[in-house]
Amino acid sequence: MIKSLKIRIAITAVICLGALYFLLPTLIPQLPTPWNEYFPKDKIHLGLDLQGGMHLLMEIDTDKALEAMMERTSNDLKESLMESKVRFRNVEKAKGATISLQLNESAGKTALDKILQDQYPDLEIDSSSPSENGQIVQIKIKAKRAIELKKLTVEHSLETIRNRVDQFGIAEPEIIPEGDNRILIQLPGIKDPERAKNLIGKTALLEFKIVDDEHSLEDALRGNIPEGDIIAYGLRADKSTGEKGSMPYLLKNKSLLTGSSLETAKVQISNRFGEPTVSLKFNSQGATDFDRITGENVRKRLAIVLDGVVHSAPVIQERISGGQAQITGTFTMDEARDLAIVLRAGALPAPVNILEERTVGPSLGSDSIRQGIMATLIGSILVILFMIIYYRLSGTIADLALIINIVLVLGILAAFKATLTLPGIAGLLLTVGMAVDANVLIFERIREELRTGKTIRLSLDTGYKKAFITIIDTHVTGIVSAIFLIIFGTGPIKGFAVTLIIGLLASLFTAVFVTRVIFDYFTGTFNIKKLSI
Amino acid sequence: MELIKPGIHLDFVGKMKYAIIFSVILTTISIASVIIHGGFNLGIDFAGGSIIQVKFQKGMTADKIRIALKSTRLENSIIQQFGPNEFLIRTAESFHDQKLLDENVNKPLTTAFNKDYEIRRVEIVGSKVGMDFQRKAIFAVIFSWLAMLVYIAWRFEFRYGLGGIIALIHDVIIIIGTISILNMEFTISILAAIFFIIGYSINDTIVVLDRIRENVKLNPRQKLAETINMSINQTLSRTILTSFTVFLTVIALYIFGGPVLHDLAFSLLVGVVFGTYSSVFISCPIVLLFENLQLSKMKRKK
Repeated sequence: MIKSLKIRIAITAVICLGALYFLLPTLIPQLPTPWNEYFPKDKIHLGLDLQGGMHLLMEIDTDKALEAMMERTSNDLKESLMESKVRFRNVEKAKGATISLQLNESAGKTALDKILQDQYPDLEIDSSSPSENGQIVQIKIKAKRAIELKKLTVEHSLETIRNRVDQFGIAEPEIIPEGDNRILIQLPGIKDPERAKNLIGKTALLEFKIVDDEHSLEDALRGNIPEGDIIAYGLRADKSTGEKGSMPYLLKNKSLLTGSSLETAKVQISNRFGEPTVSLKFNSQGATDFDRITGENVRKRLAIVLDGVVHSAPVIQERISGGQAQITGTFTMDEARDLAIVLRAGALPAPVNILEERTVGPSLGSDSIRQGIMATLIGSILVILFMIIYYRLSGTIADLALIINIVLVLGILAAFKATLTLPGIAGLLLTVGMAVDANVLIFERIREELRTGKTIRLSLDTGYKKAFITIIDTHVTGIVSAIFLIIFGTGPIKGFAVTLIIGLLASLFTAVFVTRVIFDYFTGTFNIKKLSI
Repeated sequence: MELIKPGIHLDFVGKMKYAIIFSVILTTISIASVIIHGGFNLGIDFAGGSIIQVKFQKGMTADKIRIALKSTRLENSIIQQFGPNEFLIRTAESFHDQKLLDENVNKPLTTAFNKDYEIRRVEIVGSKVGMDFQRKAIFAVIFSWLAMLVYIAWRFEFRYGLGGIIALIHDVIIIIGTISILNMEFTISILAAIFFIIGYSINDTIVVLDRIRENVKLNPRQKLAETINMSINQTLSRTILTSFTVFLTVIALYIFGGPVLHDLAFSLLVGVVFGTYSSVFISCPIVLLFENLQLSKMKRKK
């Protein structure tokens, strides 16, 4: 223990003022002008359960991203094999993220090995088995590379979601990766949870595909889908009846251009019907490609496909230079705006699934704050009164320490930008109950020492000394159990553990150090004959 | 003021037999209740599902809501009053798709009650997350027991640690049993309460154990049973005072904290009572029991 009382008083004062410094913006929301520059601006950050908002836990389906990559690779591989004049059949993406193909000649295997080595360093041959004519080969992605790709997918998704949320304009969103493939998103004060969910969760893969008008759509619908084609559906709303139906298209599977070639996307109002449309501007490479594609496919229909749904399929009248295109459809203004946002922010590299969703309305939040503060006030006042009744002046000293404790906890929350949740308020109140425990331990010891006839000074000394070890033990165990809750808990409940831990740490300081300073000050300044305890 | 007069000498050790019988009965009832109920009534955090909290403007009953939700997918949901004119609608299904939520909640409620309601909270947890969480929670509780055991064994002695941890297991079983008997939902709030009580109960135990250790040093020749009894009496005042102040705060939380904190406050109330009881009546007899076991072993060797 530091001997000099003055230094100890100074330490106490500095710590209390420090806590008040960080708390000031919370206590006085609008500081007058000359002052507000000297103080921090952040109030105590309230959890979503107190201020209202939306909490989402999403899982990125990284396996799907791998599969999509292998799908693309299988197309490239087909071309590479043809270039090298290797005879093969049935290159296709097989189960999981593998490619299977059939080689017609035994020499094909060495050629395939060479192609893989030279052009596809990420791939390796998983297994090969002889078949009637030639052999069947399974190709997979190298395990190490697969892990890297999954990691990249998560990073890319995180980035994309951040972009979307930023552009949507939500104040103070929190987007944090969790575990291997999860993303935690907190959106305070969101009014329209549905819209936010759509905006964040949409894959937004924009593709341009040519409509196959050479083959019969009816035939394809009956099951005879021509090689390299797919059937996709478009939503159609009947203008007069407003009824919604779906309309099938037969498309060539190859994507000629994707959303990654976009430079920007924005909402425009079409002149004819006053309907919102989304206008696209390609980047320079995209513009060149679009120019070439439209040039090669004049008179054909170009389908604009978003997440597998055909939005429109206009006929290409002429070569389009300048790199501009438009998505029309029956959008509301909000839908068009959100579509523009997701297109600007880019597509998610993999589909995301919502694992957990919690939305709290602002009215419930303010009710919770009111009730939480009410309970804390009443609980604290009861404890404070009890301490005064039971220990009189010494109890008052403990109460002072208790109040400093509360200020410290809140100050630390503000300083570290930790979040105060409703269970957090409960934790704060429980800290009040626990913090006086240290003082009860000390005071009971002092009483025992006084009873043996020791002087006040000596009783104080031994009382504090003997109780101290016990206090350390009780605090350590309390903090350890709360740490377990932090590690394993989720959402607002973590706040309970956070305030408990901060409260216990603060009470070590206030209940032991600060009360001792006050006792020492009084016993040193006044000639006290009888301790009021 | 002094509630407990100095020099008090109650015979705790002599009554421990009854306490142990009492606790064995309570824990048996608790475990039996969980078994009879076929496990826990797990909340959505653990089991997955959806909770929708709706507040109505005027007089509303659970039955009226049930009628309104008839022939939706919420037909068989649990509807529970949560406050004045406020209800929780709970289902095991995870309504992640907003359309499902619209069709099964917004539309039928609007049809039945116009717009005189407000959806105040929606919580949806997928079953996968729930399962993960169940596993994590069980691990966490067991690890925290072990952590306490290790800490006390390190600071005191191993048998003290065992006394402490058995008291903790006792407290947790009784909290869980109470929740089960009242057929309350086992939520994450109750898990939080359990962790708090683990910290709190061991805290109480440590104070008594600390005194025992001190008294053993002072009078090494005294019989352990007497030392334990003396230590409990010496710390009795503190034990009662601290449980009382914590109890005051928990009561305030229970009465004024609002419905969201109800589960937490209730399990804390139960836990504080039994946590205090167990540190006096459970952890100490176990320390004594081990001492006697050791003594009888030593005698046999002789």
